[in-house]
Amino acid sequence: MRIQVRFFAALRERLGVAEQLLAVPDNITVAELWSLAVPDQPLPDNVLAARNMEYVQVDCPLADGDEVAFFPPVTGGNR
Amino acid sequence: MSVRILAAGFDPWTCLADYQRTRSGAPPGQFGATAVFVGTMRDFNQGDVVQRLFLEHYPGMTESHLDKIAAEAAQRWDLIDTLIVHRVGELEPGDPIVLVAVWSAHRAAAFEASRWLMEELKSKAPFWKKEATGSGHRWVEQNTPG
Repeated sequence: MRIQVRFFAALRERLGVAEQLLAVPDNITVAELWSLAVPDQPLPDNVLAARNMEYVQVDCPLADGDEVAFFPPVTGGNR
Repeated sequence: MSVRILAAGFDPWTCLADYQRTRSGAPPGQFGATAVFVGTMRDFNQGDVVQRLFLEHYPGMTESHLDKIAAEAAQRWDLIDTLIVHRVGELEPGDPIVLVAVWSAHRAAAFEASRWLMEELKSKAPFWKKEATGSGHRWVEQNTPG
């Protein structure tokens, strides 16, 4: 199956990639997707994940055509 | 209920006046309380002077997440209407970053819901701040306490 993987903010800069379309085995989880997308680095504890723009836990299973985003803790608002 | 993400500078007071005038949410007389919060960019953070700020976001998820928290606030409190406006892109000190306005029959719901919306927005909406200080750029890794 195909998954669109996106990275944001400090994570995007550190990995040097904003997004990529990956062909991956069926029924993998968010955490397994990370290890395929970033094989040389473990998934950092504070990284958040979204599947199709909704927050998910890293054990969430994926489906063909999903968009998965990984990003650092969020810092909106004014302070 | 309205959620807007703006890439250019905005005046929250004009925005609020325009919204009040054109909004279909509640005719005058229905609401007794309007709580308004405006967040503005500071020129200091963690002991350093901050010259500029870049606000990145996740287009699509940002809007849907803010829609979701606005809808949840309307479930938790008896609200008549909610407006959330948030900047993205390049900001300078003094620039407005966020406007949250809540209309309700009574003040308790308006105060509580606007505070809750701000805290939810800060802790979960996909925005990230990158600061330019005298010594370079840095990503802000955590929110300061309210």
